[in-house]
Amino acid sequence: MSPDRQTGSPDETLSGGHTVEFPGGYTRSTGPVIGRFLTELRDGRIVGVRARSGRVLVPPTEYDPHDGSPVTGEFVEVGPAGTVTTWTWVAQPRPAHPFTRPFAWALILLDGADTPLVHALDLGPDSGPAPPRRLRTGLRVRPRLRDERVGDITDIACFRPEVDRITAPTRLDYTIRAGPALTRYLDAQLEGRILGMRSRHGTVYVPLRDVDPTDGSPGTEEVELPDTGVLTMFSVNHVPDPRAPEVPFVTGYVRLDGADVDLLALIGRVEPSRVRTGMRVRAEWLPPEERSRTRPSIRWFVPAEKGEDDR
Amino acid sequence: MSTPGTPPPTAVPPFPRDRREGDVAVVAFSQTRHMAADSGAPEARLVHTVVSDVLQRAGIDRGDIGFTVSGSLDYLAGTPFTFVGALDAVGAWPPISESHVEMDAAWALYEAWLRLRHGDIDTALVYGFGKATQGDLPDILTLQLDPYYLAPLGIDDISLAALQARALLDAERVTEADLAAVVDRSYAAARANPYSAQAGFTPDTLLTSEYVAHPLRPGDIARPCDGAAAVLLATGDTARRIAEAQGTRPAWIRGLEQRVDAHGPGARDLTRCDAAERAAVAAGVGAAPVQVAEVHARYSHQEPLLRGALGLDDGVEVNPSGGPLGADPVMATGLVRVGEVARRIAAGAAERGVAHAAQGPCLQHNLVTVLEG
Repeated sequence: MSPDRQTGSPDETLSGGHTVEFPGGYTRSTGPVIGRFLTELRDGRIVGVRARSGRVLVPPTEYDPHDGSPVTGEFVEVGPAGTVTTWTWVAQPRPAHPFTRPFAWALILLDGADTPLVHALDLGPDSGPAPPRRLRTGLRVRPRLRDERVGDITDIACFRPEVDRITAPTRLDYTIRAGPALTRYLDAQLEGRILGMRSRHGTVYVPLRDVDPTDGSPGTEEVELPDTGVLTMFSVNHVPDPRAPEVPFVTGYVRLDGADVDLLALIGRVEPSRVRTGMRVRAEWLPPEERSRTRPSIRWFVPAEKGEDDR
Repeated sequence: MSTPGTPPPTAVPPFPRDRREGDVAVVAFSQTRHMAADSGAPEARLVHTVVSDVLQRAGIDRGDIGFTVSGSLDYLAGTPFTFVGALDAVGAWPPISESHVEMDAAWALYEAWLRLRHGDIDTALVYGFGKATQGDLPDILTLQLDPYYLAPLGIDDISLAALQARALLDAERVTEADLAAVVDRSYAAARANPYSAQAGFTPDTLLTSEYVAHPLRPGDIARPCDGAAAVLLATGDTARRIAEAQGTRPAWIRGLEQRVDAHGPGARDLTRCDAAERAAVAAGVGAAPVQVAEVHARYSHQEPLLRGALGLDDGVEVNPSGGPLGADPVMATGLVRVGEVARRIAAGAAERGVAHAAQGPCLQHNLVTVLEG
């Protein structure tokens, strides 16, 4: 009983700590079958024992749990790979658990065995509180053996998924030079203006172009367009994109008032489920200090009319 | 479907039906108001409360008891021979005929039933008790696991149960919605049961609280309690006399069987409870309609699993007390199942009922009692 944990107010009974322990651990004989398994494990091999029925029991016992018959003397190397037959995900490990971060317990049927083994399953250091999506019954796994083995079931530190994927770093760097029209377009956005081009056919293109894409003829004039328009179509995206703040996000085509073509833009400040074709939108500009010549200065388009997203 | 190598279940009559003088009945039952926090009451006081209560209900004295047997677990208190200290509550001088099992007290009831069938005594007192809040129950239960292959891993009872729950979900034997329905109904029943612990969960939070061991959330897991329960058994005319004096009827034990499965969860099909199935067949559960059952399901998924294994059809009311999810006075929980069924039969609320007790990881060891009015 540790004095610091005692309490003794008049209306409360005493309480204190109490520990039951076998200092140094409790010594147990292994017998020939479990002893063989642990000895092989110390040498880095996993073995099962063949029962009279022909089944290979892993971990081995001296008798077949199904009928109590003594097992044969035949030891069979199994695994090291195996298949998860059931699992549980532990988000907050207990002190006695082998990990301090989220991990799984699993029953694992090692290749060549007929009974599964209980062990811990490590899904990696990035594991969060929710079960990882790849953790499924049927997952193929392999043991991670400790370097210093003593002949204990914990000589297997844990199991890990078989390698079925790699992550390849992929990156290329370029220098992009904008043409004259795009340069003027981005420069104008610094001042909160949207420039388009009128073709000789009267069609208004936005962003500003050098030539009419239908026949290659030069534009007849620059046109300044308002920052309001109509959403003509949209898509809800569930794949993260560095340009969008979070998933899901909405991208859409905005037909600016007075334009004849649509501008591809992010749609913001509205629940994706409330976005609809025909919605009036207006540009939300970045604050002047955040604007840059090298990228659009419109953060996204937002519902134009008060209550637009509430309808 | 029988597992390869397992002998098929056979119907064995529990005992000759014509030996009415050997019939044993539950004639009184008492339980504490189980507490999810330590009230400071020592074990002997918990036992004293329930033993005094059954004796008073039955109208007999301590000296009239032919045999006394209890069930408890020293590891709950972390002290040896806890059950000897609890004998203070029974009154063991002059010496009495007494026994103890280091098991749930439902197994003490089994021993008492065997003892009564010797025919030389006509009453037996059975009690179970435990203060499960003093230690960390999952850690304590880890020490009952295979010391070579399971205990060194540090795996706990909740994680093992979660492996079983996942196996049932994968086999589409249950859905997460089924588990939530069990939890919802158990807590609703527990709140109406004055002996059940106020577990502090409301149905709204059961589906949203964090998983303890996926797919089990806190509400899916029995809350360990401090508590005790006592049952008085009597034979033949003594049983009828004691019941009559209380204005009730005896709840006759018509079947009492136990079966045990292999210990290792890998050595079994976790989507079945073979031992419960075989015990139920042997105890004769299916011989006549059953109205009520209390099952020792310490995890939500075990209730539908046991309903199937025991052969209880959809019409059977299961765990009207709220079951172990409502209160788990460890080492008395199984005996409480017997008492809850018996008191309904004694009061005439049911004609035939089944009580189930279990221990060991993932329902390894199962005891089935069939009670009739």
